[in-house]
Amino acid sequence: MSEQRDEPQGEPASQPDPATDPEAAPAATHGISTSTDLADGEWHRLHPATPLFRGGIAFIVVLGILISNFRDRAIDFFFGGDGDFDGEGDPIDFIVEQELVLVALLALIGVLLLFIAGFWLSWRMHTFRITDEVVEVRSGILFRTNRKGRLDRIQGVNVGRPFIPRLFGAAKLEVSVAGNDANVQLSYLHSRTADALRADILRLASGARREASGGAGAADGAGTAGAHDLSGMLDERVSEFLAPELDPALAEPEAVLRMNPGRLVGSTVLSETTIVFVLLILGLSVGIAVSGELFLFVGFLPAILGLGGYLVSRITRSLRYSIASTPDGVRVGFGLLSTTNETLPPGRIHSVRVSQPLLWRPSGWWQIAVNRASRSSQSGAAGQQQTTILPVGNLDDVRTVLRLLLPDVATDDVMPVLERGLTSSGRRKDVTAPDGAASDGTATDGAVPDGFVNSPPRARILRWFSQPRNGFAVSDGAVMLRRGAIWRDLTIVPFPRMQSVSVRQGPLLRSLRLAAIQVHTVAGPITPSLGALDVTQAMELFDTVAGAAIRSAQSDRTHRWRSGSGSGEAPGEAAPVEPTLERTPGAEA
Amino acid sequence: MSVQDQTDSTDTPIRRLERAETEWQRVSPKYIVVDVVGYVIFGALMTAAAFVPFWVGWEYGFILGVGMAVLFLLVIAFTPRRVRSIGYLLREDDLLFRRGIMFQRFVAVPYGRMQLVDITRGPVARALGLAELKFVTAAASSGVLIPGLPLETAEQLRDHLVAVAETRRAGL
Repeated sequence: MSEQRDEPQGEPASQPDPATDPEAAPAATHGISTSTDLADGEWHRLHPATPLFRGGIAFIVVLGILISNFRDRAIDFFFGGDGDFDGEGDPIDFIVEQELVLVALLALIGVLLLFIAGFWLSWRMHTFRITDEVVEVRSGILFRTNRKGRLDRIQGVNVGRPFIPRLFGAAKLEVSVAGNDANVQLSYLHSRTADALRADILRLASGARREASGGAGAADGAGTAGAHDLSGMLDERVSEFLAPELDPALAEPEAVLRMNPGRLVGSTVLSETTIVFVLLILGLSVGIAVSGELFLFVGFLPAILGLGGYLVSRITRSLRYSIASTPDGVRVGFGLLSTTNETLPPGRIHSVRVSQPLLWRPSGWWQIAVNRASRSSQSGAAGQQQTTILPVGNLDDVRTVLRLLLPDVATDDVMPVLERGLTSSGRRKDVTAPDGAASDGTATDGAVPDGFVNSPPRARILRWFSQPRNGFAVSDGAVMLRRGAIWRDLTIVPFPRMQSVSVRQGPLLRSLRLAAIQVHTVAGPITPSLGALDVTQAMELFDTVAGAAIRSAQSDRTHRWRSGSGSGEAPGEAAPVEPTLERTPGAEA
Repeated sequence: MSVQDQTDSTDTPIRRLERAETEWQRVSPKYIVVDVVGYVIFGALMTAAAFVPFWVGWEYGFILGVGMAVLFLLVIAFTPRRVRSIGYLLREDDLLFRRGIMFQRFVAVPYGRMQLVDITRGPVARALGLAELKFVTAAASSGVLIPGLPLETAEQLRDHLVAVAETRRAGL
């Protein structure tokens, strides 16, 4: 039960509501399921410093600028002016001359009080609660907003630690619910509370009954609970700041994939952005050399700074990247100074695309992107939206990540097919080990039996290079679409998440007896479609996919992914050793 | 055939997308009127716009306008066939929808994937007692829009779809 083990419970500093503190420690030791008492269905408040993190920092910055502007005056005042400070037309001089010092001070204090009162009031009014069914947030002083997210529609839980709140031991927790910008944000919470609350929310969402999970490891919290003098707090901050990005207690080491820094730098260097960057610099140097006009440089400065900044941030953001299997789904974490980690419960991945830019082919690197039903406001690794799950990885990494993301699909039986979907050119020389499962339909049109049904040779007019590779395969759990000979990619759509399927044919495709297929999923960077298929094979695929979608939707239970487990089985169920355990609804039903 | 094919050039090759189902529900023939009215108005506007270069003095500009007019006349001439090609089929667990002759499209949507059903009625369609039913899933590209249903049929279909979707409710 790692979700209990890694959180020290009943630590008074992490409880926004002091009234509940006395109960917290005994409750934890008695093994109540929630490891924080924030998920008890009552209203709670956020971290007291929340207003400071949310808007107060800007306020302090403004104050700092003002003070630094008055620095000269202060030096003048304290060290008996040499008179070189020129206060001509200065508002303070004006105030002093007009004898308004008292009024000005009063006004300043009044404004400050107003700000502090506003901050305090907004903190008082900003409350949240987590029940068995919903997570709900109320906020606003004059304009009240109330936002509820249904737990069975959770698409992921995101814990973000921007740099400055992270220094103060605060984190924000975002519960992603299906829909565009339909997320419920709890910002900010105490850093540890955020992690514990994430586990609580996911457990409640999983449908496992409250009393089902035992209180194993609840005593771990005792060690840190006592340290509450100043140095103890400082130690705590430092150790928290230096702690590994991924809590070792959360996932077994063998279920964790980390980023290789050399590969990250290499992949960034070999990206299209870098080429644009280099071309821009080259063009600029040539331009300056020819025209002799140095100021050309100034015109291009913003573009160069922008591109360079993007490349650097891509590297720094992804440096401490990790993807791991936890009891409640796949956890993706990254970030050097500002860290973010997101946990995706099982069955929240609507489609997966493994792709390879041309420049990455010599080194055999791949990228994995996913379609999800929610959009997070926080950007993901590599500065992209949180749809890129693996910024760069070799074939082994791809295998690991696919097993994590789609444990029902990427089984050992299907893995060879997936690999051929990635690397095989579809030509005979590349197919070394055709397996028996590939017999269906592949015999037509002289296709190579590599597990995929590919475009017939007459499609070469439309798919000049990729015709032998352009094809599909269907497994028990998903349909796989393989495309592209130069920019290779493989799209996997799990049947339980598929929305609908269409097949279409225009005059051009008809003249070649071809058709195109499209599998519809929620909106995202991936559009799973495949053109230039044989017309009968396309229609067969249409029927197969439509039938499989119905069957799998009926047996799919992932919206309450642990609801089948009784109280007795729960501890074993939650063990992080076997990542596929939570994703086998069929076995429980 | 321009491209030769080794395997099944001996049989009569299947070119079109065809399906075994024959009992398609068709839309009301009155929908032809709605479609034609729409295309006439749109075509007239587009043709007028295409004649602008001619009126401002480009002497061969009339080719544009005439071309546009011919294009829309062709579209209008094919409207009856196009409307007849629209069909839907309520299967056991999913809705099958087809449309198009030149550009054929078939869609299969499991009932459990339904997010909502929309019924909309334009002015011409309302005058003829027709309505348009839209089956919305979580995917924007599903695009199941059944036009030209008599209002009563549309409402029955909507209630039926909501009922079967409820029994086959699935996650997202």
